[in-house]
Amino acid sequence: MKVDLTVNGKEITADVEDRMLLVHFVRDVADLTATNIGCDTTSCGACTVLLDGESVKSCTVLAAQANGHDITTLEGLASNGDMHPVQRAFHEQHGLQCGFCTPGMVMAIVSLLKENPHPTEEQVRTGLEGNLCRCTGYHNIVRAALAASETSPQADTAEVSS
Amino acid sequence: MSIMGTRVIRTEDPRLLTAGGVYVDDVRTPQLSGAARLTFVRSPVAHARITGIDASQALSEPGVIAVLTVADMDDLAPPPPSSGEWDGSPTPLGGPWAEPLLAVDTVRFVGEPVAVVITDTSYQGEDAADLVAVDYDPLPVVLGPAAAVADQTLLFPAAGTNIAIKNAVSTDDTPFDACDVVIEQSIINQRVACVPMEGRATAVSYENGKLTVWASSQNAQVSRFILAGALGMAPDQIRVVVPDVGGGFGAKIGIDRDTITLAWAARKTGRSLRWAETRSENLVAMTQGRAQLQHIKIGGSRDGRILAYRLDVIQDAGAYQRVGGLLPFLTCLMAPGVYDIPDVQAGFRQAVTNTTPIAAYRGAGRPEATAAIERAVDLFAAEIGMDPAEVRRRNYIAPDKFPFQTKTGAMYDTGRYAEALDKALAAAGYAELRLEQQRRRENGGPRQLGIGLSSYVEITAPDPDAGETAKLEVRDDGTAIVYTGSSAHGQGHHTAWAMLVQDELGIPMDQITVIHGDTDLIPAGVGTYGSRSLQLGGSAVHNAAIEVKDEARRHAAEMLEAAEADVVLDTGTGLWQVRGDPDTALSWAQVAGHTSGGSLIADVSFVQERPTFPFGTHVSVVEVDTETGQARLLRHVTVDDAGTVMNPVLTEGQRHGGIAQGAAQALLEEVLYDADGNPLTSTLADYSAISAPDLPSFELAASETPTDLNPLGVKGIGEAGTIGSTPAVQNAVIDAVSHLGVRHIDMPATPQRVWNAINEAQKASNQ
Repeated sequence: MKVDLTVNGKEITADVEDRMLLVHFVRDVADLTATNIGCDTTSCGACTVLLDGESVKSCTVLAAQANGHDITTLEGLASNGDMHPVQRAFHEQHGLQCGFCTPGMVMAIVSLLKENPHPTEEQVRTGLEGNLCRCTGYHNIVRAALAASETSPQADTAEVSS
Repeated sequence: MSIMGTRVIRTEDPRLLTAGGVYVDDVRTPQLSGAARLTFVRSPVAHARITGIDASQALSEPGVIAVLTVADMDDLAPPPPSSGEWDGSPTPLGGPWAEPLLAVDTVRFVGEPVAVVITDTSYQGEDAADLVAVDYDPLPVVLGPAAAVADQTLLFPAAGTNIAIKNAVSTDDTPFDACDVVIEQSIINQRVACVPMEGRATAVSYENGKLTVWASSQNAQVSRFILAGALGMAPDQIRVVVPDVGGGFGAKIGIDRDTITLAWAARKTGRSLRWAETRSENLVAMTQGRAQLQHIKIGGSRDGRILAYRLDVIQDAGAYQRVGGLLPFLTCLMAPGVYDIPDVQAGFRQAVTNTTPIAAYRGAGRPEATAAIERAVDLFAAEIGMDPAEVRRRNYIAPDKFPFQTKTGAMYDTGRYAEALDKALAAAGYAELRLEQQRRRENGGPRQLGIGLSSYVEITAPDPDAGETAKLEVRDDGTAIVYTGSSAHGQGHHTAWAMLVQDELGIPMDQITVIHGDTDLIPAGVGTYGSRSLQLGGSAVHNAAIEVKDEARRHAAEMLEAAEADVVLDTGTGLWQVRGDPDTALSWAQVAGHTSGGSLIADVSFVQERPTFPFGTHVSVVEVDTETGQARLLRHVTVDDAGTVMNPVLTEGQRHGGIAQGAAQALLEEVLYDADGNPLTSTLADYSAISAPDLPSFELAASETPTDLNPLGVKGIGEAGTIGSTPAVQNAVIDAVSHLGVRHIDMPATPQRVWNAINEAQKASNQ
């Protein structure tokens, strides 16, 4: 079937199999390989992207379901060469080691902080239950999320608007 | 000021955070354009004879290029004969216990590769693999090491037994006869899955007689060695590239039969091929870890002296012995841990079973040793009614006894065990915790507190004579390139190696490129396992920098018309000067430009005389709900001393990850099979990989006791956290309910297991 998605601001039209998963569309059709596949049961969150600004596990969304929607992947997060505050916090807090869970982790935290701009540690941990990391023991990922929550422009915006 | 010991954030991160890593399945190169997908047909049964394979229906499907079985492997030499004893060879082929690339006539575990399907796309591969009809004639299944050693059903009838390797433990009870107190306990150190977030993945191209293999591996050069042997090719006909690797944890040491099969299939068909395993494949076909049945016997005096210790191990090897007897060998070597015990007996039997093969997993044999002795010490302490911290203190190897030769043959380099304990107890507030525990016990509520201790010592760089390579090149544009034989998969090698060069040469880190994992560029190297990277690979880089500096000094002296002894390098500015003459200054670019080739090069290999032995103490605090059996980890405090700390950011990161994986084994993770050998934990929905809400933030105290075995004073830190944390958490859970009469709970301490232990203890006390 023919689908038309906007990925990181760029419109992509393609003829794909009905059963094609969004993660395969992102990786193989849009050729954006930061988004990784870590499981086949929607358990690990490595494939997390934003769909119209909200985090989804792209292994559990069909490309067809994303037809007409906006997708943001890790590659689309930085603006004008400046890292997004969550990316910067990951760097400063050593929130990544092998980097494989990182794209999904970062996107999940961007979405989490949008919903809850000033989370407690416990809220961050609960919010990341669906994102597995095998390297960091989550310690520095949680620190990165908390650090970003203090500096994230979205956090500020959300606070002003509430 | 030296950069060493300072908090340097990673140079690897900006790329990983903005563009994402380039893992095997992300590699985009002309050599792989149009690559076909390879899908494995895996055994759905644990033990069976294969009576027929019919690929005709699969071959008629759209996009199917080929279906290959062992019958097509007519271009491979048969496995070399073997004496049956493990010869230390890393190749999975050979011997009476031979592991074929594709099943020959028998399958021995669910997930064993039987055939491969090559298709245009991965979706077609999954469809077609389902249509390959394999006839299985089931055989009786052997599960669990205890059943395996009974030898009623044999996995390899030609071998005559399931016990592949053994080093029998002594049965001499004399040392125990003199003890006031003797305790015995059987302990299960359960099978766990490694679960690197990136599963195994391989891409292969075969062009003009040259095989290029991109592999998710911890060791490019070892992988090339294995491929050369398995495929009968000269090493220089093979290039192995290890791009970014999404975690290894021991399960990606070298390559498995799956990757060799892929390389063979590419050569056979002339097609470039890709394979990235699914998680369901990964959880049945990637090697798993631990899987020991242990029996411990500990004896001592009522004043807290441990006088005798015995550890008898049955190692479950899974269906094939991928690492020989390495794991139980290391368990027995490290059996007495940090304690000065007059009599130690340790031995093992390793048996094959109809399960996924067992190999290295973060710690590889050492966590099992620590788990056994630390449980034994707690059982002993409980029996004599002494605080477990005090029992440990009374039995440590004294600091003035190092280097210390253990009864099991290890030579510990340096250690200050009591200091580590004191520091950990102080950081945890041990006395206050015991008071809080007492208050809760007196209140009798359902939420009881447990405090668990673990003092550990472990062996890192266990093969120090294998060494590691480094080539350093300083170019006439002032930049430097490090070619390392070590291999990075998250540890931060690129940051650490650049720090070493900057520290020695004064070339800024951002002018230094680190390259690893390409056998065309780095033909000699060993790679990463056994927490060896910094002490061997890092020391090699350090020595290479010194060699480059010595050569540069000769050039600078000539250029400055001064005596070599008067020429000095200012490592703050990276400028060469004549001592006392600030007006003369040569940059690295100028000095490198003075050489005939336009660069300064040092190519070194560093070998270490002996392994090193990091140590520490972990204090774990858990809360157990005695009504539900739920154990929750509240705090985890550690002292992990791995010698000199080069970059606390990286060291702490290794400790965090290690602690979490160790706690995961104590609390949650376990690979399970049903009675027919069907895996019950073959997805991440079923296997409880530890997640963020299961863990607290960790509390780390610093401690540095340098080793004199390498120029950096460093030991390995990659596995220490895992080794220390598992028994501390397990002991804490048991401690929380010990006042209810519970003496031991096997791992993982699931609510069901804890609840049962409480109930059984209460039943026993009511009788």
